[in-house]
Amino acid sequence: MFAIEIAKGLVTTLRELFSRPVTVQYPEEKRPVSKRFKGRHELKRYDNGLEKCIGCSLCASACPADAIFVEAAQNTDDERYSPGERYARVYEINMMRCIFCGYCEDACPTEAIVLGDNYELSFYGRRSSVYNKEMLIDPVPEGGKTTPQKVEPGLYTRSIPVMKDPPDWRTPF
Amino acid sequence: MTKPVTLTMDGVQIEVPAGTLIVNAAKMAGVDIPVFCYHPKMEPVGMCRMCLVEIGRPVIDRATGEKVLEEDGSPKIQFSPKLELACATPVSEGMVVLNKSENAKRGRKDILEFLLTSHPLDCPICDKGGECPLQDLTMGFGPGVSRYLYDEKKHLAKQYPLGELIMLDRERCIQCGRCVRFQDIYAEDPVIAFTHRGRSMEIVSYSDPGFDSYWSGNTTDICPVGALTTMDFRFRARPWELRAAASLCTHCAVGCNLTLNVRREAVSGGEWVVKRVMPRQNEEVNEIWICDKGRFGYHYAAQNPERLRQPLVRKNGELEPASWKEALDLIAERFEQAGQGLLTLAGGRLANEDLFNLGKLTKGLGGKTVLYSHMGGGKLTSRVGLTPGSNLIDLGAGSGDEPPDAVLVVGCDLEEEAPLWWLRVRQAARRGAKLIVLNPRRTKLDNSASYVLRYPFGNAAMAVLAMVNALSQKQPDLPESVQALSRDPDLQAAAKAFAEARNALVIYGSEGMGLVESSALAQACANLLLTTNHVGRPNNGLICAWPHANEQGAWELGWEPDENLVESLKQAEALYIAGADPVSDDAAYQPSFGSDKFVVVQDLYLSQTARLADVVLPVQSWIEREGSYTSGERRVQRFYPALPATTALPPKAEAPGVRAASVLTRSAPELEGPQADYAIPALIAERLKIEALNYSNAAVVFAQIGETIPVFAGLTFQKLAEVHEQWPIVGRGDMYYGGTTYENTQGLGVQLKLAAPDAGQPPLAWPQVVDFKLPSLGMMAFPVTRLYDQGSTLMRTELLHQRIGEPYVVLNGSDAGRLKIADGGKVRITFSNTEQSTIVQVRLDNELPERVVLVPRSYGLFISGPTPVEIRQAN
Repeated sequence: MFAIEIAKGLVTTLRELFSRPVTVQYPEEKRPVSKRFKGRHELKRYDNGLEKCIGCSLCASACPADAIFVEAAQNTDDERYSPGERYARVYEINMMRCIFCGYCEDACPTEAIVLGDNYELSFYGRRSSVYNKEMLIDPVPEGGKTTPQKVEPGLYTRSIPVMKDPPDWRTPF
Repeated sequence: MTKPVTLTMDGVQIEVPAGTLIVNAAKMAGVDIPVFCYHPKMEPVGMCRMCLVEIGRPVIDRATGEKVLEEDGSPKIQFSPKLELACATPVSEGMVVLNKSENAKRGRKDILEFLLTSHPLDCPICDKGGECPLQDLTMGFGPGVSRYLYDEKKHLAKQYPLGELIMLDRERCIQCGRCVRFQDIYAEDPVIAFTHRGRSMEIVSYSDPGFDSYWSGNTTDICPVGALTTMDFRFRARPWELRAAASLCTHCAVGCNLTLNVRREAVSGGEWVVKRVMPRQNEEVNEIWICDKGRFGYHYAAQNPERLRQPLVRKNGELEPASWKEALDLIAERFEQAGQGLLTLAGGRLANEDLFNLGKLTKGLGGKTVLYSHMGGGKLTSRVGLTPGSNLIDLGAGSGDEPPDAVLVVGCDLEEEAPLWWLRVRQAARRGAKLIVLNPRRTKLDNSASYVLRYPFGNAAMAVLAMVNALSQKQPDLPESVQALSRDPDLQAAAKAFAEARNALVIYGSEGMGLVESSALAQACANLLLTTNHVGRPNNGLICAWPHANEQGAWELGWEPDENLVESLKQAEALYIAGADPVSDDAAYQPSFGSDKFVVVQDLYLSQTARLADVVLPVQSWIEREGSYTSGERRVQRFYPALPATTALPPKAEAPGVRAASVLTRSAPELEGPQADYAIPALIAERLKIEALNYSNAAVVFAQIGETIPVFAGLTFQKLAEVHEQWPIVGRGDMYYGGTTYENTQGLGVQLKLAAPDAGQPPLAWPQVVDFKLPSLGMMAFPVTRLYDQGSTLMRTELLHQRIGEPYVVLNGSDAGRLKIADGGKVRITFSNTEQSTIVQVRLDNELPERVVLVPRSYGLFISGPTPVEIRQAN
């Protein structure tokens, strides 16, 4: 009486035995994340290597978890970090506090902070959960120079670099 | 008083005094009319057009003069066809103001759109962002999108420093002219102005150094955009990240109310730091203004690696770190041995609580207390000084048949000695009060004075006595020079105006005077007030422009300076010096610190005096603790802790991002790190078992003062913390109206009652004055006060170094010519009494009498009073 049911079950097992497995061999193998995935933050640079962050603290004020701490300082032409007047001298995110809501990304006027696709966050202590600017910032792109840069006077005169509208501004995903 | 006028504001009927501007009437009724160029402290100009409202007035029948009525019996209202300015239109009877109508809203929206055509989108990095009227009003009334093209925006100079204190961003300026008007009307330093026209109009500074004014910081408060910002706060924090603590300014006797904005700072090891100093409204003290010394000169009190952090005890000739227990035990033992030989010298920067406890300890041992000051006359200021209810803002022309008020400023360069009083006295003169300036040389206050009188250097008391003499001829045995002075018709007219005034007060300073001379001057001023009966009523009496914040308080608590301090220091067996650094001021004190003398110094830094001490104790600065000061107007005010006390050891320099959990180690059971000035004498007293002094809490100490000192009777910290509504209403959500000044929510202070007269010391005594004449040979140096000096409290503000400059003396041109010295040249000045000799710069002033040398105090030159000097070319 139960034999039919058992046989049915075994057929399913047999079929799955020859199909492709759904699991991946993490961490050797990683599954790609979705386009709108919100992973660890990245501080972006322009192509010439200057930092996009202008140290405005708007991310910190938008943060519902109070995870971000920013301290600004003034750029000079001898020591230039960002194209504007001001840069983030200290930029810290407490990843233990962060809820990965992405409000910081929305608040950023220069698209400097972007939630990337790195989800591998683990720490041995509370203190090491605080990521500082060196840990968050992107590597210098090819052809660019690292910050601080010494630049010609008069090259960067605006308080905030002129921003182009982001390409996907009018077309939602 | 003026008759009240009834008008309807947004459907609500309100009653305001006649002549009130609509914008202020609205404020009184709790209706916000947005403004940019209007400021409640200044006359309207109507430059920004932001306050447009619809105004209707009752229709009057020309034939009968009666109001035309509607069918339902209400008065017929006719609205003007266009929007009108609320800031420049006074209210009238029956007026109807529509602030929320569609028309008014549209007007505002259009004005904002227009202002934003050229305003850069700098908000994310602008120091004003977050407390910016333009930002707020754009959010409230502005258009959501701009119709103007980004590429066609007007571009002007950005990052344009107006001197080293103020940064200008010309693109952000909306041309309201508040700063220019403030500098003209209040500061009397018209060093900034508009140039060009229309969209090219921009602010320029004409002075060298740029924006050369003691008041420049106030323009950043009232600037409705981020065009003017201070260099001190540049990019140091966003306004919304700051915490605010109510405090007081310690730099002079005015007692300006401050708000200290603090925040944790990663580059300071995660410690709390003061980010900026802002004014706090107190219409009876500083209104909404503060001078630049108060605004920028706070760095000395902040956490600083040079601060003393633990007690030092001299062992084998060297000062070495020790525990509090060791230091206090040693002090108790040695003070007990010294007994009556103890001399406690305290500076006027100490709070009431500190002076009270120090006094109690010293009196308990039978020792002597001395106030360290170059000014005297505090007994008189507490007996014929200001009484409760006094407010310089009430001084003016007098209403109706009443005569105008009078202010006599004598021997005082008021803007240098007490800047806010200068500002307020000048405003009183502008309102119609008779201002009499009696000074040996030209000062800025002369420009506003009704009577400018001069006396020869050294004859200040004489000149005031001449005024008394001019009023009554009761003192015939005066020196001939006084008799001569009192025959001067200008002086007679001034004396008459003073005597007839509704209210009259005297402010005396220390221009060219030391302790002896200023005490005599105080007595002469008291005589003038008593003979003209200007005592015991509000806004009448004697004010001293003390050099420190709490010298009036020290006098009220029984502290007095000593005319022969050098000798007293020599005779003392033990010295207890708190909040004073006599050795830096005058090397003549150095020999008083003999090796057999036990010297205790408590201070913020290892001062010159502390280097000679046997025990040095670290104290908390005023921003780290609680307490109260008594201002020169006899107002007791309270200050609150803004920062946690400096820790025992300097915080470890750590990589940013890795902050130590120092909180866990801070609350050690043993006494550690700097202590409050009032706690240390109490801890010593505890060991000596002489009297139970409180060391835990300033409030308790102040309550003890209230119980024991008659003039403080009934006062407690709670009383000092009381507030009442002030006009204009500023510092709330409506920063467009009054600026970024903070509202006063933590105490306006209480003015003291007059002290009862001492038995056997009549206030009306004839002062001992000598007929001072310049020596016929040689030069005579007179001390003068300069606001920016090289004192240890200001030199830690590096921003001001350029303004402070190097040590200098002022000479007459012909003296300089005789000595072959050019303006800006160097001379060697030798003081005859101390044989001190220094090379200094020379500045020339041809209005100065010959053979007179002006020496600024606290500029590294040791001068206490008029001193003969020798001047030679330096080579």
